[in-house]
Amino acid sequence: MKKLFSFVMGAAVIGTALAPSANAWWWGKKGSEKASITVYTALEDDQIPNYLKSFERDYPNIEVNIVRDSTGIVTAKLLAEAENPQADVVWGLAASSLLVANDRGLIQGYAPKGLSNVKPSFRDPAKKPSWVGIDSWISAFCVNKIEAQKKGLSIPKSWADLTKPEYKGHIVMSNPASSGTGYLSVASRLQNLPSEEDGWNYLDALHANIAQYMHSGSKPCKAAGKGEYPIGISFGYRAVKQVNMGQPIEAVFPKEGSGWDVEANALIKKDKIKPAAKTFLDWAISPEVSREYAKSFAITAVETDVPLPKGFPSNPEKQLAKNDLQWAAVNRERILAEWAKRYDGKSAPK
Amino acid sequence: MYFKKNFNKSFNILLLRILIIFVFILVSFFIIIPLLPLFLKSFSDNKNNFIGLENFINYIQNPSLTQSFINSLKVAITTTFFSVLIGFIYAYALTRTRLPLKKFFNTFSLFSLYIPPLAVAIGLIYIFGKQGLITQGFFGTIPGFDINLYGFNGIIIGEIFYCFPQALIILVSALNLSDQRLYEAAESLKASPLRKFLTITLPNIKYGLMNSIFICFILSFTDFGVPKVVGGNFNVLATDIYKQVVGQQNFAMGATISIYLLVPSILAFLIDKNFQKNEASLISGKSIPFKPRKNLIVDSIMFIFCSLILILVIGVFSSIVLASLIKIWPYDISLSLQNFRFSNVAGNGYEPYFNTVFMSIYTAIFGTIFVFFTAYLVEKFKPLKKIRMLIYFFSTLPIAIPGLVLGLSYILFFNKPSFSVPFLDFQIFNPFSLLYGTMGILVLANIIHFFTVCFISATTTLKQIDKEFEEVSESLKVPFYKTFLRITIPLSLPTILEIGSYYFVNSMITVSAIIFLYPAKIPVSSVSIVNMDDAGDTASAAAMSTLIVLTSLFVRLIYEFTSRNVSKKSSVWINPLET
Repeated sequence: MKKLFSFVMGAAVIGTALAPSANAWWWGKKGSEKASITVYTALEDDQIPNYLKSFERDYPNIEVNIVRDSTGIVTAKLLAEAENPQADVVWGLAASSLLVANDRGLIQGYAPKGLSNVKPSFRDPAKKPSWVGIDSWISAFCVNKIEAQKKGLSIPKSWADLTKPEYKGHIVMSNPASSGTGYLSVASRLQNLPSEEDGWNYLDALHANIAQYMHSGSKPCKAAGKGEYPIGISFGYRAVKQVNMGQPIEAVFPKEGSGWDVEANALIKKDKIKPAAKTFLDWAISPEVSREYAKSFAITAVETDVPLPKGFPSNPEKQLAKNDLQWAAVNRERILAEWAKRYDGKSAPK
Repeated sequence: MYFKKNFNKSFNILLLRILIIFVFILVSFFIIIPLLPLFLKSFSDNKNNFIGLENFINYIQNPSLTQSFINSLKVAITTTFFSVLIGFIYAYALTRTRLPLKKFFNTFSLFSLYIPPLAVAIGLIYIFGKQGLITQGFFGTIPGFDINLYGFNGIIIGEIFYCFPQALIILVSALNLSDQRLYEAAESLKASPLRKFLTITLPNIKYGLMNSIFICFILSFTDFGVPKVVGGNFNVLATDIYKQVVGQQNFAMGATISIYLLVPSILAFLIDKNFQKNEASLISGKSIPFKPRKNLIVDSIMFIFCSLILILVIGVFSSIVLASLIKIWPYDISLSLQNFRFSNVAGNGYEPYFNTVFMSIYTAIFGTIFVFFTAYLVEKFKPLKKIRMLIYFFSTLPIAIPGLVLGLSYILFFNKPSFSVPFLDFQIFNPFSLLYGTMGILVLANIIHFFTVCFISATTTLKQIDKEFEEVSESLKVPFYKTFLRITIPLSLPTILEIGSYYFVNSMITVSAIIFLYPAKIPVSSVSIVNMDDAGDTASAAAMSTLIVLTSLFVRLIYEFTSRNVSKKSSVWINPLET
């Protein structure tokens, strides 16, 4: 009993000793004297420190607390916190998600400094736009060259190629019901064939070749990179990145054009909007940070002189297929219901 | 029986009543009330207009529902069967045989629970995926074997990894407390081993067995982590919720499906409750702890069985370690330690790791105290029967609440600055909102998320300790808290420590609820694993997972060391004459 007692006491002592240092964590709300803002973002974790360098240099008095999660989680968080928003700013979240948030009245229109530099299709046209884009992400195929060769598959060059019988069971794509990237591709196909009916016929044919619908946008490309499946329908930045990491991937931008969405910023509506939040939004479309964006994204909202990152098509703007973001947002529920009815109701093939 | 009223006794009962009501309030505020706003959402559309049962009807009419529901049931039944079977044999080997290297097997018994779910998936893919070591026959050196990982098979393997340790915990605490005298009596009556097993062992642990079935069934019925990564096109209810909530921000439909998910849990609770009615306690003041005897055949079969299980688990872990060291799987398998330098891939470096360790320590300390005390009040006393029943029922609910539903409910409840009183223009300050954005909310979410298994494990143990102890102390006018501190706690110490370590390891790996709740200043490592993997850094994600596994293992070794001393003490308590 004595030993046990001393163990419990020991644990308690350690606990108390740790408590002061842990205080800042317990009461995370209480920060230092600096102005501090909370930024929700879906930009990739490894990019964020690079982007933030120039902000930290120019605004040493503003502390930026980053909360990084995938697009779906960030959006769900924003909506759930609606009554008492925690974020001051959203940075680099899909415009389609911001449309939903705006629809629920969570966003305060704000025209950041330098807005005139932003290409018109990359922002909400309102005078005080609810969202302002920073870059565009576009759909692309990740084709594993080694596995394709092993299986005797040619490299598909177009959406039409993907429906060829040789690819049966070799293609994975994101599930549009769980991932924005998946929806991007589906919505793009429905808008770029002569009629929506043709679009569905195309998706029927594609479905016959799909091995798996995966629950994240980057997963199909990752699976291709590891050779799990030779072809993954994912997005361009991802494909190019994996090529640069040294994986045997070829990034294919389909001949008919890619589906696309904009990664955008927004100011969160709350009782007390901090000036630092606006400073951040001004900075987030500045030419300097746009140059950083341009190192990984082929298309940025603010034109830069940075050469096109390796692996993208030479005229990326031309690669964009016709896409009406508003149409895609409004029709989303209907399209996903139809999609689920056609392709998701079945259990696993085999 | 002593009916004579005296001050001491009535004070005792009054104090008990107050405590029971206090625990009831806490449990309601942490489990039931946060769920209400979300469940109310299931009766409204996304703009908060009341639409009655429309969501429920819509979902039923969706043809994929029946399929998802059947799939979920298939997964749950298969997983439960294998998990409980494996868990039982392993637990039996640990408690009732002279298994060689018992300490080693005991230390590693919960090993598969230390591995973050995403890492389990990475490991399984590296072993059984299309390019996996076994599928490709170790780089073509032996004939390969494809188990068709993506789909039902993958889900089952992943779920067994996750569920079998949970069954094990409960069954070990059930098998641990036994009475040697019964077996001696059976022996003198020349009962066969099978007969002893069927007439003594099984009936004695039926409560634990029932509970482990209940736990495994619900866990595998509601889990979404495993199906999300290796489920392929095999839809289950939990992935349906994910699609609605995270994919389409349709909270109303997500809430609706969660309610469907609760149905089997409530059924299981009712069955469980009914089953318990004729339950007698096992350990009386006169019990003698069971001493397993050597049996070469049984011991070696057990040894082989436990080794096989561990080989599979350690195999998966090794492939995660490998993944953290390999450059590009499976094309460039040169090794490097680069991936452990997290500041290369994420700004926070090791900070999330330390946050997670502290979060887990706090969860283990506060969670264990809360859970055990709750179980004690519910199990050991007679006053306020209905309220105790309700506490019991509430305590069994968290297991059926998917983490992402819990996370969202906690945002809705704890992020509310005030409540408005219906029909009056009046606002009440929400004191719990102070917790939001602090470490406290993470600890609380973890305590509740893993409450049920701990609670059931505590009640299983408490049930087996004779109520006579309380009755005798009552008649001797000893206040109940003295009995609690002097008898109940020492007797239950192995279980208490087990609960603490269970809380610790689960908090180390949990993602689903925490991902919605962690404050900007408190990044946690399970979320960084997801983020690193998102950014394509499988190797760094694997490296962080390796660190987490090693930390849990380290804590387990500390536990092992303390509990060895402790169990000596508790057996001394049961039979003081032995020493």
